[in-house]
Amino acid sequence: MSELYVARHPAAAWRRLEDEVIVMAAQESWLFTLNEVAAEIWEAADGRTPLASIVRDRICEKFEVDFEQAYRDAEELLRALAERGIVLLSETPLEAGTP
Amino acid sequence: MSGLMERVTQKALALGVPLSVHLDLTWRCHLSCIHCYLTERNGRELTTAQLVRLLEELAECGTLFLLVSGGEVFLRPDFFEIVEAARELAFSVRVKTSGTLLDDEAARRLARLHVAGVDVSLYSHRPEVHDAVTRLEGSFARTVEAVRRLVAYGVKVRVVQVLMRMAEGEYSRVRELAAELGAEYSLDPTVTPRLDGSRSVVRLNASHAAWRKVFEDPELDAKPEHCPLSPEPQEAAQTAPEWDSLPCSAGHTSCYISPSGDVYPCVQFPLALGNVTERPFREIWADSPAARRVRSIRVADLPICRSCEFLNQCSRCPGLAYMEGDLTGPSRLNCEQVFARTGRRPAPLAE
Repeated sequence: MSELYVARHPAAAWRRLEDEVIVMAAQESWLFTLNEVAAEIWEAADGRTPLASIVRDRICEKFEVDFEQAYRDAEELLRALAERGIVLLSETPLEAGTP
Repeated sequence: MSGLMERVTQKALALGVPLSVHLDLTWRCHLSCIHCYLTERNGRELTTAQLVRLLEELAECGTLFLLVSGGEVFLRPDFFEIVEAARELAFSVRVKTSGTLLDDEAARRLARLHVAGVDVSLYSHRPEVHDAVTRLEGSFARTVEAVRRLVAYGVKVRVVQVLMRMAEGEYSRVRELAAELGAEYSLDPTVTPRLDGSRSVVRLNASHAAWRKVFEDPELDAKPEHCPLSPEPQEAAQTAPEWDSLPCSAGHTSCYISPSGDVYPCVQFPLALGNVTERPFREIWADSPAARRVRSIRVADLPICRSCEFLNQCSRCPGLAYMEGDLTGPSRLNCEQVFARTGRRPAPLAE
């Protein structure tokens, strides 16, 4: 399995609101929320930390889930977000995803 | 408001989060608009460092939507430094400007900063009428050019028209012009009193007949429940009043901060909550007695409005009521709009 890196798209605006993250996609002016698990991935999406590390360190332990399943779910979510221009995905490290 | 936005707003309300903040960087302006509500032009302004620290505080408090306005924001030499800081802190930033100082480089930079949008004021499709409002010859041409520049760089632009008597029959032409320019259009039907309470500018308001036409226009957002004074996400926080509902979002999930750092519930609600140079914003927001007072008021606490037959058709603005002398009283301007819409006088107008 090749490494996968994820970064928040620089156009996104976002804020954590208790256990979820609110994201505003600037170009489309639409709003969505990420649940507790997705919020953990979002906050860790710095473009430099491999997704596998994010899932292992921030998801599996905290939510007591199996790595393989959690990784598949995370990748599926992130590919959907990438299609909508919310995150950037790459097999090599990305510039820090700001903001 | 979308269902999701309503849910987010309700959550922010429950958590005491100031989800939307309107921040004026300066009250200086090179225009002299005849309807302007500002009364002081050259007061103290927060420094760049103070503003950046304030943005950090707001982000920590959970603010997501930030309206950066003025005065004319481009008179602040550090405007881009502030917007850059706001974007680095992941705010959704809207900018409000006359556009008259916005050059090609500024439009390009705003696009690169991924601002959520730019609101540009336009008062008529006729240059001479617009220029008569701004009292700056050539301002119409410069504003329209700014809209073109921004749109060319992919920035979302909303042309905002304050409806005034001298152009009350022409708003559809301004809307058409906005569409031609590739911009959205929003109409604010109300000229409000100056911040010092002076009502001299209120006479500029459109006639009742024009208001009625506007309120009945299905293509406009100038509906009774729409509050053009609040940042966009707060617009429909005023739902149809229920007995225990909140009069509006001001002071609950939104607030206004003046160039000198004074915090108010709303730009049109000059009840000072505190100053960020004297006390951290978080403390002002959470502990100010004035904020607690505003938050304690429910529709049931409005002695006149609660029994008004037009309660569910009124967009009562607590800030206007406060400026008219009573925080829990009716706002005469809102009563007049109800009269324009229904043809029947609410009780306060009959007195």
